[in-house]
Amino acid sequence: MIDTYLVPILKIAVLLNAVLVTVAYMVLLERKVIAWAQVRLGPMRVGPHGVLQPIADVVKLMLKEDITPVRVDRLVFTLAPIVSLVPALIAFAVIPFDSEVTLFGYTVSLYVADVNVALLYIVAVGSISVYGIILAGYASNSKYPLLAGLRASAQLISYEIAVTMMLVSLIATAGTLSMVGIVEAQAQAGVWFAFVQPVALVVLFIGGLAETNRAPFDLPEAEQELTGGFHTEYSGMRFALFFLAEYANMIVISTVVTTLFFGGWLRPFPNVALLAFLDLVPGWVWFVLKTFVFLYVFIWIRATLPRYRYDQLMHIGWKVLIPIAIANLVLTGAVKVLF
Amino acid sequence: MFDTSELVINMGPQHPSTHGVLRVVLRLDGERVIDCDVVIGYLHRGIEKLCEHRDWAQIVLLTDRMDYVAAASNNLGYCETVEKLMGLEVPRRAQYIRTILAELQRVASHLLWLGTHAMDIGAMTVFMYAFRERELILDLFEEYCGARLTYNTMRIGGLPLDLPPGWDRKAREFCDILDAKVDEYEVLLTHNRIWLDRTRHVGVIDGPEAVALGLSGPPLRASGVPRDLRKVEPYAAYAEFEFDVPVGLAGDTYDRYAVRIEEFRQCTRIIRQALDGLPEGPIIGKVPRLIKPPAGETYHAIESPKGELGYFIASDGKSNTPYRFRVRPPSFCNLQALPRLIKGHLVADVVALIGSIDIVLGEVDR
Repeated sequence: MIDTYLVPILKIAVLLNAVLVTVAYMVLLERKVIAWAQVRLGPMRVGPHGVLQPIADVVKLMLKEDITPVRVDRLVFTLAPIVSLVPALIAFAVIPFDSEVTLFGYTVSLYVADVNVALLYIVAVGSISVYGIILAGYASNSKYPLLAGLRASAQLISYEIAVTMMLVSLIATAGTLSMVGIVEAQAQAGVWFAFVQPVALVVLFIGGLAETNRAPFDLPEAEQELTGGFHTEYSGMRFALFFLAEYANMIVISTVVTTLFFGGWLRPFPNVALLAFLDLVPGWVWFVLKTFVFLYVFIWIRATLPRYRYDQLMHIGWKVLIPIAIANLVLTGAVKVLF
Repeated sequence: MFDTSELVINMGPQHPSTHGVLRVVLRLDGERVIDCDVVIGYLHRGIEKLCEHRDWAQIVLLTDRMDYVAAASNNLGYCETVEKLMGLEVPRRAQYIRTILAELQRVASHLLWLGTHAMDIGAMTVFMYAFRERELILDLFEEYCGARLTYNTMRIGGLPLDLPPGWDRKAREFCDILDAKVDEYEVLLTHNRIWLDRTRHVGVIDGPEAVALGLSGPPLRASGVPRDLRKVEPYAAYAEFEFDVPVGLAGDTYDRYAVRIEEFRQCTRIIRQALDGLPEGPIIGKVPRLIKPPAGETYHAIESPKGELGYFIASDGKSNTPYRFRVRPPSFCNLQALPRLIKGHLVADVVALIGSIDIVLGEVDR
């Protein structure tokens, strides 16, 4: 009874809360990091150094009037933010934060589910969240969001293929689709897959930037061109849902990259016995640290780079990334067969 | 089977990237622009007509409000035109200080352009960096004349104020800072692949066409026409300084960017020379108490940061207001090239191109 119902439900509750709080604080982190990059201070008013800013933001967004413009497709308009956010959240179900910890004399695994096709599940769920943007663009009955929706769909097909192919190379290396299995494979190999599949890491990260609509691929919401893009017509909490989805997606990508390439909960250099004292730090701490490194890189890139044009993004996707992915896959296969 | 139709999209007058209140009506095929209409007039205040009802000396203040990011250049153009009309001699010290102010103004205007242009293309950090340096110029102006945006800093026949003590040292320090910072901008943009991809071969316009469209300033020079009024028709003290006129080859958005970046360096070169050779003497010439130019008309143009800023002024010799006052604003003339530049490009390029011709709507509409 406890094992089948209570523990998973508790895990889900804890995980959802943890993710949503992280998302709220990601907004603050982003504003702070970008401000530092731009010789500004960032939020400073709400609480010391603005630490309470996310709470103020949430309260503000909750209290805002929720406007539904006339002549929108009401059902789709309401559904779009939800379609955007839910996949981002359910993707966390298969992310392993740590193998097993003992809590109150009770051994729990720090993941909601260890599915044998976890990676496939993440790819599938990740693709759904783009529908939210496309639907929002279509339902808004407004021209700028419509263009944004078109951009989002063009973007999706350009990077998705390359990313999935790169995952195939990685699966060939790891020999499993299970996220827990991939981390364990890295523990066995004694090396992070980042050093085995560096090309896959780079392509996957670029794809991740495109999937989360982050700079330099933030085309669907390009404020300077499309005045906010797909969320032009949204306000209040529905607008916030899109934002939550974007940041939750960033966290998903970071956790996936951490799990696949940087050994998940493993300590640095898992094969060097000399560094065994690093095991004193719990695995989930390593996991969170690594994840935040990637979240930082997301923000850092946004502060530095200009935006690509969408035909250029498609060019990169189809003519650069896909050939690289195919070459990488062939090479991985050859190495696998020969050695 | 399927019908396609054009999408007419209204960009502006309230749009984050139209640099004020420009309205561009785009006809799109997908994201490709088939045609566009540029609608102006949202900021029309009738400055030219107002000027015909103001005292000659009061007009300086109105010229501030045209290109409000380069107020000192507007002042300079107007004062020189009236001086030409009246045959007034301006003391050399005043000429030098005017040159310094005009060049500082050019840097300030180009910094604003650089920041917003980079922001339009998505590089938002450059915007803050450019404004950081622009702030230093505003401080210099504030120390000189007390104002930070609309300076009203020149008078017919000279200047109202001499440089405050220590100002030249601060100006020199600023030149050093700017030279280092321009390299920093180049690290972020010139050597950035995305920036190159976004600006190269976008909005190409060749020399003869640029001339035919009446372009002036950096957009003209980016197309390979080395026309800079500071060189071809020297005014103020420009004839006494050494500087190069940067010229582009391709005439695309990148060249317009590169020309302005190089102008930063030439500006500091001119400012340093002017500070070194700053002569002593009065700052205002012999100007009659009541300014009443003799009957006649004249046209005089200066190289404002945005291009050829010309004033046509006619005086009837009787009243103490101009009989006719007409401005040739560089932004307005350069804006004519926009439909030609935009055609065939994508929506994302539209904002890049609006940025690349560097318009100020206060000057377009007047």
